[in-house]
Amino acid sequence: MNAVAPLSLAPLLDVQGVNKSFRKPDGDELVVLENVNLSLRPGEIVGLLGRSGSGKSTLLRCIAGLDPPTGGAVNYLGQEVLAPAAGITMVFQSFALFPWLTVLQNVQLGLEALGVPEAEMRRRSLQAIDLIGLDGFESAYPRELSGGMRQRVGFARALVVHPSILLMDEPFSALDVLTAETLRSDFLDLWGEGQLPIKAVLMVTHNIEEAVQMCDRLLIFSTNPGRVVSEIHVDLPQPRHAHDPRFRALIDRVYVEMTVRPAAARSSKAERFPGTGIGTALTHVSSNVLQGLMEAVNEPPYNGKADLPAIAQELHMEVDDLFPAAEALQLLRFAEVEGGDMRLTEAGLQFARDDGDERKKLFARHLITYVPLAAHVRRVLDERSTHSARKSRFADELEDYMSEEAAEETLRTIISWGRYAEVFAYDDSHQAFSLENPV
Amino acid sequence: MRLDRLPLAVLRNRYVPGGWDVLAFVLVFAFFVYLAQAARGLTGSLAHLEATPISLDPHALVGYAARTGLRMLVALACSLLFTFTYATLAAKSRRAEVLLVPLLDFLQSVPILSFSIVIIFFVQLTPGRVAGAEFAAIFLIFTSQAWNMAFSFYHSLRSIPDELVEAARNFQLSPWMRFWRLEVPFAMPPLIWNMMMSVSGGWFFVVASEALTVGENRIALPGVGSYIALANDQRDYAAIGWAIAAMFVVILLFDQLIFRPLIASADWFRLEQETGQTANSPWALTMMRRSHILGMIGRAFAGALRSGMRPARPAAQPVRAHESRGSRLADLAWYALLIALGLLALWKAATFIRGDVPVGEVRHVIVLGLITLLRVAVLIALASLIWVPVGVWVGMRPRVAQIIQPVAQFLAAFPTNLFFGFVVSAIVLFHLTPDIWLSPLMILGTQWYILFNVIVGASAISPDLRYASENLGLTGWLWWKRLALPAVFPFYVTGAITAAGGSWNASVAAEVVSWGRETVTAHGLGAYIAAAQSTSPPDLPRVVLGTVVLSVFVVTLNRVFWRPLYARAERKFRLS
Repeated sequence: MNAVAPLSLAPLLDVQGVNKSFRKPDGDELVVLENVNLSLRPGEIVGLLGRSGSGKSTLLRCIAGLDPPTGGAVNYLGQEVLAPAAGITMVFQSFALFPWLTVLQNVQLGLEALGVPEAEMRRRSLQAIDLIGLDGFESAYPRELSGGMRQRVGFARALVVHPSILLMDEPFSALDVLTAETLRSDFLDLWGEGQLPIKAVLMVTHNIEEAVQMCDRLLIFSTNPGRVVSEIHVDLPQPRHAHDPRFRALIDRVYVEMTVRPAAARSSKAERFPGTGIGTALTHVSSNVLQGLMEAVNEPPYNGKADLPAIAQELHMEVDDLFPAAEALQLLRFAEVEGGDMRLTEAGLQFARDDGDERKKLFARHLITYVPLAAHVRRVLDERSTHSARKSRFADELEDYMSEEAAEETLRTIISWGRYAEVFAYDDSHQAFSLENPV
Repeated sequence: MRLDRLPLAVLRNRYVPGGWDVLAFVLVFAFFVYLAQAARGLTGSLAHLEATPISLDPHALVGYAARTGLRMLVALACSLLFTFTYATLAAKSRRAEVLLVPLLDFLQSVPILSFSIVIIFFVQLTPGRVAGAEFAAIFLIFTSQAWNMAFSFYHSLRSIPDELVEAARNFQLSPWMRFWRLEVPFAMPPLIWNMMMSVSGGWFFVVASEALTVGENRIALPGVGSYIALANDQRDYAAIGWAIAAMFVVILLFDQLIFRPLIASADWFRLEQETGQTANSPWALTMMRRSHILGMIGRAFAGALRSGMRPARPAAQPVRAHESRGSRLADLAWYALLIALGLLALWKAATFIRGDVPVGEVRHVIVLGLITLLRVAVLIALASLIWVPVGVWVGMRPRVAQIIQPVAQFLAAFPTNLFFGFVVSAIVLFHLTPDIWLSPLMILGTQWYILFNVIVGASAISPDLRYASENLGLTGWLWWKRLALPAVFPFYVTGAITAAGGSWNASVAAEVVSWGRETVTAHGLGAYIAAAQSTSPPDLPRVVLGTVVLSVFVVTLNRVFWRPLYARAERKFRLS
């Protein structure tokens, strides 16, 4: 029933040209969100979909008033949101329950803060507990509950204050597959029956299937900086079934949209591959995952070219696992990714066929040739008479281009790939790179 | 809403007195009688106090123990108040933080005995009355309790998980509500542990806090500390024995009535959300939960607290992520002010000391500091050699650990003064060198922190690791080198930091020792401070000089040695 919202309704929430940047220690700005526009109308569930680090959680926090934007404005019912607003509540990925409060006390928290009288507070809380399927658990402490029950408390706590907008930050991603499925369909049932006291939902997710199942509209985010690159309307009636061909087609479409690169970068072959300077932030992907992915794509039925949704399903990888891995293979010139497909390059095919030492040699060659940071580390080590260099030396260099955390992760990635390729060694207790492997 | 379906736990508020009520009533009533009696003692005159000297009669000890216990309790309450305000301010205000945290670091390193230079201030507040001396005693106990509690609370406030803070903000909790609903419960488990350590610390200096010297006068407040002081003066071994017994009883009462219930309830505060092993509930907690009278009092208290939790009106002023130029200017002004104040204080202190103390003596004091440093280092090394293996052995055996832990805690509270008799007699009898044989006194109370922490560390070794090392045939030295020592190392460092800090502090009480008319003195910074303090009137410039040098030693060692070691241990030996 919520599939198509009449467009004439005034938006509940209007996000206009929001920018968010953080100041780095050296005074430079790090842009996380760039010119984000979106609106949320009554009766719809909107999903924000993107890879990790695309700033979607940051956007959610801007909207919640927890961390106001550096530019642009978030308007809720015509009022600018600069601090947490009464009509917007949030469900957290990690539940964020207070472990020292019982289920009932946790649910009452928001009402208590509003100064609702005791009797009224209890009545409404028990009602919410009842609605969300937690009867009988009122006096339990969060640690006595399973993950699914804990998130139900999270939902009851957010719903009891009767917000207009419910924000959900990857609410099902900390749950096992089965529990997440149950909770999702329970939520959709209540929403469909109009039992929830909310007008609209904005959710962040990295699970494409979940997004297509729940949302009326999907906004796809790009990374670095975070921007809305496309919008997909999902006009399938609820309940939606994962085996419905139209459902599968939509999932394919989302993959295609998510692997489209900005038009400018597509002009020449060399620029099709990201990461041309040492300042490219890397997401850590274990060499085991890279090997496994290349092997899987090389094998039948894919034979070197795989549809991303299909391979994601086969390997049980979510967007957050699959895209960084695909990107890493692309950076190392072992694969090309476009239009929702992944194709192994000659080197990638060779890698998948080789074994043991041959693989390592090939990987080492590609690492030094195509990952400028790896080449840089190696060069510094070669040039020095001691053949060793402190990690902080490279961290300082990287921090000119990225945040401290991103620099840390990038170095972790380089260390792990360098160790696998035996291009250099790293000693964690001295925090130093060197050329000799410990005996 | 179907009220008939409400769970029992929600509806249980009809009043039916029960057996636990009787016990609760008796205890509460006894406590009020006890408070009233102690309060009468406060209003008395000093002259009257001097006319009734401390008696070594064991029967008198009952009253003394009660008075000492009450002082500890009041000091603990003051420390808690200090903790909640000072640490909260330090954690919430970035500007206050730059001043308050280093100041706390410094205060923690100041030996408790150095604080006794402020006794005169308290005594003069109420001339001729006991109350002033009582305040002074409570203040001295406070200085042995407050700092580590404040530190623990500050660290907890800084480490509240982001998502809980965000949830609190999302549901618009007012600052007051946030404090009681989020911050205090989160900080509770480590705070309780630190309160227990603080009470031990208070006992350790019980003699110094009750037997006060004011100018020419000595004031002996009725209490266990004064009793021990007198027993030392009169070389009465039997009285020392009685004092130990009294101390044991008070510590046991604190443990049973305050700390056991607190620990059991704080177990619910732990963040790890697994179903923990449910330890058997202590009887005092059962009483508090089952007794309806106490339940009603508790609910009234909670109601009062809640009425303070006024709804937070949305902050209208925009909170921008980047700070304005104006606020940065204010920052600069604030730091400039702090630096100016610091320089002024330094200059004041320097002129104060320079007035009486020649420059050469400063060098001498630093050498004394090095001597004490050597003593502390050797003692910590020796204590580690003994207690690390013992701690590992005990930690691997939960049953033994359950027995050993309270015993070690009791031993940590043991005032050094209780051993003065044995040590002085032995030194005089066998003509031993005080510089060596007085040293063990410094570590008597503090070595147990090494043992505690190693026990905790050893009991935290995962069974999987133990099975794996058994499976691989690790035995003997290899087992210690590869499993036990690395596993307990971060815990050991925590314990050693506490033990070393405590030993410095104890040096003031342990380098000069009297038993009757016999006084034995070792060379060291502690003896220097103790000597400057025991002249009448106290030699303030020298007390200040000694204290500053000692603080500089302790703070520097923490910064250049212990903290890097701890950071390294954390990084290297913690999985994930």
